Amino acid sequence: MNNIVAAKKESVINYMKDIFNDVGNVTIFALRFFKEVVKPPYEMKEFIKQCYVIGYKSLPLVTITGFIMGLVLTLQSRPTLAKFGAESWLPSMVALSLIREIAPVITALICAGKVSSGIGAELGSMKVTEQIDAMEVSAINPYKYLVVTRILATTLMIPLLVIYADGIGILGGYVGINIHSDVNFHRYLAQVLESITFLDIFPATIKTFFFGFFIGMIGCYKGFNAANGTESVGKAANSAVVTASLTIFIIDMLAVQLTDLFF
Amino acid sequence: MIPEKIIQETTPVSKTDTAVIEIKELYKSFGKNEVLKGVNLTVKKGENLVILGKSGSGKSITIKCIVGLLAIDKGEINVFGTDITKLDNAGLNEIRVRIGFLFQNAALYDSMSVRDNLGFTLKRHAKDLSSEEVENQIKEILESVGLSEAIDKMPSELSGGMRKRIGLARTLILKPEIILYDEPTTGLDTITSREISELVLEIQKKYKTSSVIITHDMACAKHTSDRLMILKDGIIHAEGTYEELEKSDDEWVRSFFI
Repeated sequence: MNNIVAAKKESVINYMKDIFNDVGNVTIFALRFFKEVVKPPYEMKEFIKQCYVIGYKSLPLVTITGFIMGLVLTLQSRPTLAKFGAESWLPSMVALSLIREIAPVITALICAGKVSSGIGAELGSMKVTEQIDAMEVSAINPYKYLVVTRILATTLMIPLLVIYADGIGILGGYVGINIHSDVNFHRYLAQVLESITFLDIFPATIKTFFFGFFIGMIGCYKGFNAANGTESVGKAANSAVVTASLTIFIIDMLAVQLTDLFF
Repeated sequence: MIPEKIIQETTPVSKTDTAVIEIKELYKSFGKNEVLKGVNLTVKKGENLVILGKSGSGKSITIKCIVGLLAIDKGEINVFGTDITKLDNAGLNEIRVRIGFLFQNAALYDSMSVRDNLGFTLKRHAKDLSSEEVENQIKEILESVGLSEAIDKMPSELSGGMRKRIGLARTLILKPEIILYDEPTTGLDTITSREISELVLEIQKKYKTSSVIITHDMACAKHTSDRLMILKDGIIHAEGTYEELEKSDDEWVRSFFI
């Protein structure tokens, strides 16, 4: 009995040690970004390529999900607002919900699935096939070439994708409203713009930079630290999605608290 | 005693007694697994040193320590007279550009064409070169490994032997003084293995390089080696020329040559 308790205790201690180790390693990995990003040489070509891959290539997915978000939100909210005779508030409600919360979080989650797993798998595969080592022995800094460019690209592209998703979502809301009634697009847009203030857009946009940074950073960390063997490539991709998704929710929770405090 | 004159005449011109790599009491372990337990070895200028040993004996780990890919536990690794274990990253990179490393699976950058694989390294280290000069050097190196026609191919379009040659070309583009080969003929058919072994010798003659070759392929070892070392239980167990070790009194050593 004592042995079982001791074994359980040891496994819990080891588990906690692993968690603290991981947190420490992620922190060191993330801090290195700030040191390397300012140091020349700047890998502009690779950075632009990554912006294209992460931003432009995610547009179809963001377009579809953004449109569906706006459409579904409108259709689901309509009956509740109708009960209170507040259907006219629908454009404002949809726009505020999308801009403040739904579009940033859903777009970030989609990008965690597409981008973070992609980066994790790509770098994991490079690690397993010794391509990262090959850069290192050629006296080329693989962190600078592979990690800095990708984190910078996600940090800049995710906010742009979120702004784009906001627009597409509002368009989806317009289509949703017009399924049951006939509203002029200019009137709809005017109502949307009337209801949005700078304080709705600013905190929501700021948090998307953090989403982007962590989506890139977690993908890179998982890929860069993949173990040997092809199995670890899948694990790196999977773990990148799970960790990035969880991190998005944690950042969102903190962002909402801070927004409440300061705005 | 052999007269000094005869020694000079029998020693190939390109080889000298100057050590380009000198490893003293190298220890490396992974957790509780002690892999290297005091390796001592010297590579002379212009010579090809082949390291043999069973799988997992630490051959690849030894050469990865030489380029600083793995941090060592204890010991000294002198490359061109500098102890690389005491260098910072910038210092280590200065040494690394003078060393080429051919990985077991060539480690070509999958997302780049052959041209870009070679240019990637060159452009970052020879910034004063014009695009035309870079292109000319890439073509020249590809010609020296006999693969000029592969310049626009992607790594996925290359066979195992071609990948090794391109890997070698990428290594040669910085004109290294030392080349470390990690199992250059593994996974290749006999004819291609022979071609790669010949290429290793050609490179030694043409570029006057010193090499450490890790291999299990005894034909490659015989063809390319000036000297052999056998790793066992984390230390150098035997050392000599191919002919000397083939006739060794140690049965375990002889078993490699059967």
